[in-house]
Amino acid sequence: MSAITRDEVAHLARLSRLALTDDELDHYATQLDAIIESVAKVAEVAAEDVPPSSHALPLTNVFRADEVQPGLAPEQALSGAPAVEDDRFRVPRILGEEA
Amino acid sequence: MSLIRKTAAELGTMVASGEVTAVEVAEAHLDRMAEVEPKVNAFLHVDRETTLEQARAVDARLRAGEKLGPLAGVPIAHKDIFTTRDMPTTAASKILKGWRPPYDATVTARLRAAGLVILGKTNLDEFAMGSSTENSAYGTTRNPWDLSRVPGGSSGGSSAAVAAYEAPLSTGTDTGGSIRQPASVTGIVGMKPTYGGSSRYGLIAFASSLDTPGPFARNVLDAALLHEAFSGHDPMDSTSIDAPVPSVVEAARTPDVAGMRIGVVKEFSGEGYQPGVLARYHEAVQLLESLGAKVVEVSCPSFLTALPAYYLIAPSECSSNLARFDAMRYGLRVGDDGTRSAEEVMALTRAAGFGPEVKRRIMLGTYALSSGYYDAYYGQAQKVRTVISREFEAAFHQVDVLVSPTTPTTAFPIGERADDPMAMYLADLCTIPSNLAGNAAMSVPVGLADEDGLPVGLQIMAPVLADDRCYRVGAAVEQALESRWGGPLLKEAPSL
Repeated sequence: MSAITRDEVAHLARLSRLALTDDELDHYATQLDAIIESVAKVAEVAAEDVPPSSHALPLTNVFRADEVQPGLAPEQALSGAPAVEDDRFRVPRILGEEA
Repeated sequence: MSLIRKTAAELGTMVASGEVTAVEVAEAHLDRMAEVEPKVNAFLHVDRETTLEQARAVDARLRAGEKLGPLAGVPIAHKDIFTTRDMPTTAASKILKGWRPPYDATVTARLRAAGLVILGKTNLDEFAMGSSTENSAYGTTRNPWDLSRVPGGSSGGSSAAVAAYEAPLSTGTDTGGSIRQPASVTGIVGMKPTYGGSSRYGLIAFASSLDTPGPFARNVLDAALLHEAFSGHDPMDSTSIDAPVPSVVEAARTPDVAGMRIGVVKEFSGEGYQPGVLARYHEAVQLLESLGAKVVEVSCPSFLTALPAYYLIAPSECSSNLARFDAMRYGLRVGDDGTRSAEEVMALTRAAGFGPEVKRRIMLGTYALSSGYYDAYYGQAQKVRTVISREFEAAFHQVDVLVSPTTPTTAFPIGERADDPMAMYLADLCTIPSNLAGNAAMSVPVGLADEDGLPVGLQIMAPVLADDRCYRVGAAVEQALESRWGGPLLKEAPSL
């Protein structure tokens, strides 16, 4: 029995915003199946009563003083943009035709 | 002796005394790079003029009487995952090809402030995901010991540059072993500081709860000097520790392990380890005992589940972090022909811009975080992380440091594991626990494996914020072995 099906991998690719080819989906389905089977070993550790750690160190939220500080100028912020119009990021349409 | 064979400490002293200029030191290294880069391919970006401009500025600051640190005028190779204002930053990905960041990473800014001269940006596995540098979109780096082998990874360009005498120092980042494993397989020193001890600001994020910048050098003292130069609290990184940097330089100058308690991790030995790696490792442990350390065996059974836990936690964080590459604000954009939606452009761009390992990890992380699977995978991995931290804590009640081989084998041939992710992941078997627990860990060279003549590293793990212990033990091992070898291990490397 496989841990993950090709259809599930296609769904993951959609969620991940990766336009994969059919060949790629076949390839990743096989590889992800092997990887998931292997990482499933975490279940063997008895850890029911153990709290999860999202982080190695105890963390508290950190705030800086609410003071105005210099930031990037518009031309700096836009310097790596694929497309720019009127000092703004130019992007493809975000809403569907029917919207 | 030519300038490229000097240690960073020596070069710093020579520049400070006026015996040589920062420009002369930079030129010697740029010439070496021009000579060996066609073979090694450690750098993604080199710009002679930008480097010499930095060197001239350092010379001017010194002439003006400015008090700079001990590494002023020393050249450094900088991993291409730290942002640099004056050089492209790509993370070895096509999605960031040619990107010029509008700001410097904190590590970059501190290198500049200390007067280090950046020689160029080094190659890596794309977004630091890998153990061989083969996942770079711009070609693999070759191991200076044997050009048919990998230099380790992800910081393989940085390890190769230092081992090939292209730079006396380099920066790396360690998320699952990406400094220690490349240091081990190229015969140099690599250090993963305590998590939060060095700033992540301007470090392109892979797995934010694990990513840790650290130094590479050809000896323990040089690594300590670099560690001290760029570490310490950074208000721009919310997970940066607000505590003094451990006294690593002093520790590197104190090669004394008499009376120290050293724990040998029982689980990191035996089957799956190359005989030549184990032979050098066991000799190193005996050496520590002969130097007056008290060696005991320590069992940490959960360390064997660190690898599967890591391959759930790191991909989960990566799937979230890499969502920022959306083709909208910077980087590659593919398929924007006026008919496609933003979402379609995004999916086409990410498919074209990310390499196979990055795609694998994004999908694996998306899977582990999906509802229905979250508790069994990501949630359980987080609990295993707690168990591992507790085992470290218990171990450090008994001993001052833990030791193990850094990686189970010497450098493997290019191509051998390239299409077998699970085999590749095993390279980080021994290094991952310290990433999950956040403690300090170092790799120091301990000799060559008999069967292939390639370098072997000893891993030294110390508690959180006890980074100095790694340097103390590392320096003791280095001093004893170099007196036995009649010099550093790297003198055995081919001359290229």
